[in-house]
Amino acid sequence: MTDDLVGTEDHVLDGNAVAGVLAATFGVDMTVVPGSCAHCGTVSVVATLRAYTRGPGITLRCPVCAGVVLRVVQTPTRTLVDSSGAAWLAFEPR
Amino acid sequence: MAASPPGLRPSPIAWRLATIAAIRHETPTVRSFTLTVPDWAGHRAGQHVDIRLTAPDGYSVERSYSIASEPERAGEIDLTVERIEDGEVSSFLHDVAIVGDRIEIRGPIGGYFVWDATAAMAAEPLFLVAGGSGVVPLMAILRHRARAGSANPARLLFSSRHEEEIIYRAELDRLAGAGDGLAVAHTLTRSRPPGWTGYDRRIDERMIAEVLEPLGARARSFICGPTALVEVAANALVRLGLPDDRIRTERFGPTGT
Repeated sequence: MTDDLVGTEDHVLDGNAVAGVLAATFGVDMTVVPGSCAHCGTVSVVATLRAYTRGPGITLRCPVCAGVVLRVVQTPTRTLVDSSGAAWLAFEPR
Repeated sequence: MAASPPGLRPSPIAWRLATIAAIRHETPTVRSFTLTVPDWAGHRAGQHVDIRLTAPDGYSVERSYSIASEPERAGEIDLTVERIEDGEVSSFLHDVAIVGDRIEIRGPIGGYFVWDATAAMAAEPLFLVAGGSGVVPLMAILRHRARAGSANPARLLFSSRHEEEIIYRAELDRLAGAGDGLAVAHTLTRSRPPGWTGYDRRIDERMIAEVLEPLGARARSFICGPTALVEVAANALVRLGLPDDRIRTERFGPTGT
């Protein structure tokens, strides 16, 4: 899967581009939410994660190690979130 | 399937219907669409909206577009959309949509890539870097800055391929001529008209350093464009001494370099 990274960098977006789906899923603006990559420990806000949107669903990768941090798949009936690549996410009180 | 228990259901940001009130040609491949949105609660400069198109068979497609207009305009927003060759939503907006059509939108979305003309932010130098249609959220920032009467030193470095592809050219000239601290530097990467006095290459560190120089390393910076441009500009700013937390980036569609 990481092979796909080569040659398609021009199509890479970031967490800003998928903020609508994330806000609809999590109920808050996720772009400003910091989280830690479970692979390398880098802490970054969701806006700066690299977003791959051309496959089924959305894959958000760490900007440093390219490990998958979050995956979001929408089906007609529900939204599935794989957060196993995020060690933690920190939400501010609203 | 059983419905989710109400307590566990995330609060959705709702889709709603907006009406296309005006369409304006910006460049041969870029148009601006004014949308009236009932009960629009306002937005922050730099935010975007999602647009959803649904076919009669239920197939639907969503795309995210930056808001081009300033928050001071009530009840309506402008989106500026580049026609992408295989773009399902942009080709609909360019080729099919007419004034009076209603489309589904949700937003405003995003609190990261935003600039507010608050006392604190409006007192700081502002450095904007755009590639192609990446200028759209930065235009919202510049329009907001102008409407709010901010006079902080500000620079926009804007990369386009050809002169006729410079989005908002006339308005940028006007804003830069207002004498309120804004200057705009253009670079054209593919072709230049005779007598062109702007830059003539892709954005690089030397160009960034020259345009940034009057602002100093305290500038708050926003970069929006294709990934390659964003990486070059952000890395340059880091090397020039800007702290990470003053560099905001947004990766946009694949044009402008």
